[in-house]
Amino acid sequence: MNIKLENIGTTLVAKLGGELDHHTAPKLRDTLDREIALNNTRNIVLDFDGVTFMDSSGIGVIIGRYKQIAALGGKVMIIRVKPQVDKILELSGLKKILDCSH
Amino acid sequence: MENYMKLEVPAKSCNEAFVRAAVSAFAVQLDLSVEELADIKTAVSEAVTNSVVHGYVNMKGIVKIVCRIIEDIFEIEVTDFGVGIENISRAMQPLYTSMPESERSGMGFTVMQTFMDELSVQSEPGEGTVVTMKKRIRG
Repeated sequence: MNIKLENIGTTLVAKLGGELDHHTAPKLRDTLDREIALNNTRNIVLDFDGVTFMDSSGIGVIIGRYKQIAALGGKVMIIRVKPQVDKILELSGLKKILDCSH
Repeated sequence: MENYMKLEVPAKSCNEAFVRAAVSAFAVQLDLSVEELADIKTAVSEAVTNSVVHGYVNMKGIVKIVCRIIEDIFEIEVTDFGVGIENISRAMQPLYTSMPESERSGMGFTVMQTFMDELSVQSEPGEGTVVTMKKRIRG
């Protein structure tokens, strides 16, 4: 999984590529957490354009970051999701609490 | 059509992607839709991840995967010889996880159940777990 980060004010934009599963989830979690701590991140935008696969391990990572960000009054947004990712986001109920767009 | 394939890998997280890819490559001989293929890929990923994370608790072990095609049914059997599941119905409850501290979503079995037509789980504590899933391919 490759991750490109960009900070726009207090919003962290993470452009993701590849497959997000149990094997790659720790890398995403650690990369985001390090950046959140460094930049006092308030909002996160996860750009899923390059993500070709995600399973429930990805849901775990997103929920974990959501809890942190929501506790500080911020928002987590997921953009450019593909149908396979969309289906699992829908099933998890995450689409009800996050801003999601295709 | 009848066909099958068998695969055996060490329970390493890097093999999760390999098994998904191998199962997908085997499944494409059926005339399946993009969504059906994605469903199979996701379900098998959940089953293999469960074996690595829960079956062997990240210790050494092997995971066996058997895929069968019987007419328009695609069947996947994922077997491990790990710790087994003491309470299967609790493990299958949506959002239940035995590892809340490690950000597991507790959605694995729910995904398998939702994305496949049939799911059965056989397990014996100390002996291992066999997860069998079936999907009717409509194309």
